[in-house]
Amino acid sequence: MVASRAIGSLSRFTASRTLRCSGYICRSFTRSSALLTRTHINYGVRGDVAVIRINSPNSKVNTLSQELHSEFMEVMNEVWSSSQIRSAVLISTKPGCFIAGADLNMLNSCTTSQEVTQISQEAQKMFEKLEKSTKPVVAAINGSCLGGGLEVGIPAAFDMMLTGRGIRADRAKKMGLVDQLVEPLGPGVKPPEERTIEYLEEVAITFAKGLADKKITPKRDKGLVETFYLTELTSYALSIPFVRQQIYKKVEEKVRKQTKGLYPAPLKIIDVVKTGIEQGSNAGYLSESQTFGELAMTKESKALMGLYRGQTQCKKNKFGAPQKEVKQLAVLGAGLMGAGIAQVSVDKGLQTILKDTTLPALGRGQQQVFKGLNDKVKKKTLTSFERDAMFSNLIGQLDYRGFEKADMVIEAVFEDLNLKHRVLKEAEAVIPDHCVFASNTSALPIGEIATVSKRPEKVIGMHYFSPVDKMQLLEIITTEKTSKDTTASAVDVGLRQGKVIIVVKDGPGFYTTRCLTPMMSEVIRILQEGVGPKKLDSLTTSFGFPVGAATLVDEVGVDVAKHVAENLGKEFGERFAGGSLEMLQQMISKGFLGRKSGKGFYIYQEGVKNKNLNSDMDSILASLKMPSQPDVSSDEDIQYRLVTRFVNEAILCLQEGVLATPTEGDIGAVFGLGFPPCLGGPFHFVDLYGAQKIVDRLRKYEAAYGKQFTPCQLLVDHANNPNKKFYQ
Amino acid sequence: MISLLTYTLKNLPNTSKWALRFCMRPLSSSSQLQAAAASQTKSKKTLAKPNIRNIVVVDGVRTPFLLSGTSYKDLMPHDLARAALSGLLHRTSVPKDVVDYIIFGTVIQEVKTSNVAREAALGAGFSDKTPAHTVTMACISSNQAMTTAVGLIASGQCDVVVAGGVELMSDIPIRHSRKMRKMMLDLNKAKTLAQRLSIISKFRLNFLSPELPAVSEFSTSETMGHSADRLAAAFAISREEQDEYALRSHSLAKKAQDEGLLSDVVPFKVPGRDTVTQDNGIRPSSLDQMAKLKPAFIKPYGTVTAANSSFLTDGASAVLIMAEEKALAMGYKPKAYLRDFMYVSQDPKDQLLLGPTYATPKVLEKAGLTMNDIDVFEFHEAFSGQILANLKAMDSDWFAQNYMGRKAKVGLPPLEKFNNWGGSLSLGHPFGATGCRLVMAAANRLRKEGGQYGLVAACAAGGQGHAMIVEAYPK
Repeated sequence: MVASRAIGSLSRFTASRTLRCSGYICRSFTRSSALLTRTHINYGVRGDVAVIRINSPNSKVNTLSQELHSEFMEVMNEVWSSSQIRSAVLISTKPGCFIAGADLNMLNSCTTSQEVTQISQEAQKMFEKLEKSTKPVVAAINGSCLGGGLEVGIPAAFDMMLTGRGIRADRAKKMGLVDQLVEPLGPGVKPPEERTIEYLEEVAITFAKGLADKKITPKRDKGLVETFYLTELTSYALSIPFVRQQIYKKVEEKVRKQTKGLYPAPLKIIDVVKTGIEQGSNAGYLSESQTFGELAMTKESKALMGLYRGQTQCKKNKFGAPQKEVKQLAVLGAGLMGAGIAQVSVDKGLQTILKDTTLPALGRGQQQVFKGLNDKVKKKTLTSFERDAMFSNLIGQLDYRGFEKADMVIEAVFEDLNLKHRVLKEAEAVIPDHCVFASNTSALPIGEIATVSKRPEKVIGMHYFSPVDKMQLLEIITTEKTSKDTTASAVDVGLRQGKVIIVVKDGPGFYTTRCLTPMMSEVIRILQEGVGPKKLDSLTTSFGFPVGAATLVDEVGVDVAKHVAENLGKEFGERFAGGSLEMLQQMISKGFLGRKSGKGFYIYQEGVKNKNLNSDMDSILASLKMPSQPDVSSDEDIQYRLVTRFVNEAILCLQEGVLATPTEGDIGAVFGLGFPPCLGGPFHFVDLYGAQKIVDRLRKYEAAYGKQFTPCQLLVDHANNPNKKFYQ
Repeated sequence: MISLLTYTLKNLPNTSKWALRFCMRPLSSSSQLQAAAASQTKSKKTLAKPNIRNIVVVDGVRTPFLLSGTSYKDLMPHDLARAALSGLLHRTSVPKDVVDYIIFGTVIQEVKTSNVAREAALGAGFSDKTPAHTVTMACISSNQAMTTAVGLIASGQCDVVVAGGVELMSDIPIRHSRKMRKMMLDLNKAKTLAQRLSIISKFRLNFLSPELPAVSEFSTSETMGHSADRLAAAFAISREEQDEYALRSHSLAKKAQDEGLLSDVVPFKVPGRDTVTQDNGIRPSSLDQMAKLKPAFIKPYGTVTAANSSFLTDGASAVLIMAEEKALAMGYKPKAYLRDFMYVSQDPKDQLLLGPTYATPKVLEKAGLTMNDIDVFEFHEAFSGQILANLKAMDSDWFAQNYMGRKAKVGLPPLEKFNNWGGSLSLGHPFGATGCRLVMAAANRLRKEGGQYGLVAACAAGGQGHAMIVEAYPK
């Protein structure tokens, strides 16, 4: 969640997409001879209205590339110079996409900030010319219109209309971003998408004509900011400098609080707007393009763009289509995880059986699913009718009836190997031969679970993250025996559930849990060394983690953390040592299990937002206190002790082949564990900050604490050879 | 479902009558050719089936259909239904005790008379030994009443059934809000003064805001007029085409009224008012006048207006349905057979009003007929745009293949056989009563114009549809 918010704040970059589809054939609707010479834009004239159609070839989306820029300017100049044309309509012929923003590839190919600044200035010129157009221009938008694409839309001379997709288009109209909505059409005598675009164009032409004939007047006649976002009263208030200063201050404070100063873009945007308002639009434009250029070259920008690309990659099924698509899913265990898995399945139209052993447990799970859906009704992203239809995909039961028709079973029972063995055997007695058996576990090796299976090639791990409906990541774990088709099937289901997917090899802790555990071990040591939970939390969040380290232990559950730490500690030995597990043991014996029991490092109360420290922890912390080592205990050292252990383990996973690619490692760390998005994941972090610096840090801590900090071979290789990068 | 049009055709000044003689552009140039060939030979001589009882409509009547808020505005639904029943008794002279069963269709139910069939039957003087029930299926409620009757007779349960429908849009049940209702119910249960006071203390002013009957489709929250506008746009039907079609409906209805063809209408003496003798929504206007109206739903660029939509109507209808042998034994000369029928349903969002398109090919197939066999078409006109969209869909191979899973289109009904005596746009559309009107119009037209088979079709809220074949009773 945090990741997505951060990405959202860099709106211009991240809004664009790099999907490429080579098989796409560009349809042309034009009647203009210019088609032959232009590839992105063609235009025809209907009466006295120029209809400009944008359609980048060989791409699912239109992005603001340099070619599109120049062709667009060419066409607009023709429009402005032609005496026959009195108004213009701007439309994309791609269903569901107007302009998705700047072309990431274009920005990526720039090596200096000057280049980016220049691109930005060219775009500004285009926007400015549009804004000052003497002839009315109507932008007819169907689908995504983001970043720079939105700017093509919003210059004040523009009159816009959208085809509505749910509440978003509605909201755009309320904000005043658009003037008119066109609802998507159903089937007629041609495909709905095609006819909807035609209809949008027809309506837009009527509007353009009306504007040119002065039969329709655009309601907006004030400057950009005022008319779009503010009412008259506030716009009066804004004309007073003092009020403006206060507003800048407030906004800045809020942004600082949200970004912790880790994301430069939002603050810069405020600066640019400030310049524009205080010193006039020319100064604003100049500042904007320069800042844009600078920002494009920052590490944060590179890291976030990398994450964006990684996310796109992890939304594809590289194992191909499964032989049999899963139509009937069964989930064993209606706990937090099981119900969450059921929820993200039924709301995508997947028939799902939710099975538990007792009626109260099942009822709790069903209620969780209903609540999850109903919350969307309250937010108006679903209608109550859609909710009901989705909820009817869920069948709650206490027996194995209907499992003979299941295509996949996902078990989400307690993390106990004997219990997992039992449900696997029970399920295999009733499920058909083709049915995949997936285990949702955070640490139990899938290979061990599969030992009791009659058909280990059908057994796979699907590690969801809590809360399932919010966390985007799904970690899929394959054993040596898991068949490729089983993997394809699991990835396919995960994608349908809307997940970002990494596929890793089986092993203790797989990838995500394995990276987190040494860091958790360090957390305990740091607490033992006398750093309080609050201080530790603030150190970790200010480094960019969405959740503080102590809070994270409470969220995960102290018992779970101890269980995992013990298991992995046995497997990996000294490397996973650090803090004393005695602390967790004492917490468990006092019932401080974290959020679920109401007490952990903090006290949790229903409805209380600011949580207080659990003062009963003081005695435990005091009894286990260790002396700290001053030369590795500065705030920065503490942050890096945590992060380097994490990063080192991640790279070791790649070295050992648990991870197939660095991309999956980054995506897993950011989307599953909250690794700071501004660093782009452990592998981007090493690339951008330099392997040598990280090795230096590890060596320093190694000297103090020993083997736990010994850098792995792959990391050392990267440090020794500065040309070696995880991302070329 | 119900497009609660706040505008009615009253807005349109009633200009010259014959100066604007109906000027519909032929939608298809081939339709005339088809028509010429049609009346010659039929695929089947009759739709009678061995071992199945023939079911006939002896006759049917309706009250005049009036704009809501006019002469019927002080009545209750069962009053209107009773008028239709009395009219039917008078028209057919059927002895009351012969009637085995009574079924009525209605949509917006008056809560006091939720089984309106029973209340109307008792008031009309039927035997209290004759059971009655009420059905609802949106705009095809009385179609459902008739086909239920067909089922009762075909299965041998009954010989004589009265089916009908009623709608009174002049008065609709407006409820207290749920919160208010809850408070009032709680208050009812409270035993002590303290309990009562504590309940009353929870009262808030917003409890008083009333709850209107749903104007929009429950599943999609979209009003029917809005959906019709999108449907017209999807099929690229222009405002002009829609206005032309509406004008055709009004002009034809006017002509039929003037020539006395609407023989199913029975006069109704409204208590305290004058006797109503004819429909009052028929108002042929001019295309210029209609063009001035603003869109009623999708503003400002939509194409559905008050003038090309059906208006809110009060009215009731009833038909006498019998097993053929029973009718003959009683000395009746029936008007028509009720033959194969079909109910369909589809996507309530984007295809809400396409019922006739789906139902027509199915019912023709079931009966073993083709479009050419049909001499008379009576389609329910909810909106001009809806009728024209259905016509285009029926004429589209692409639509048939991609949405109906059929190999080819069913074809376009020839317009000269289509709703020749007006339709819901002009005669009015009391939701629950329109089905019987369609069947009687088909039966009467077959007698008047000559021909054997009539096709009745209608769309309904919820994305449902209905079609039925009516076969003329041999003279």
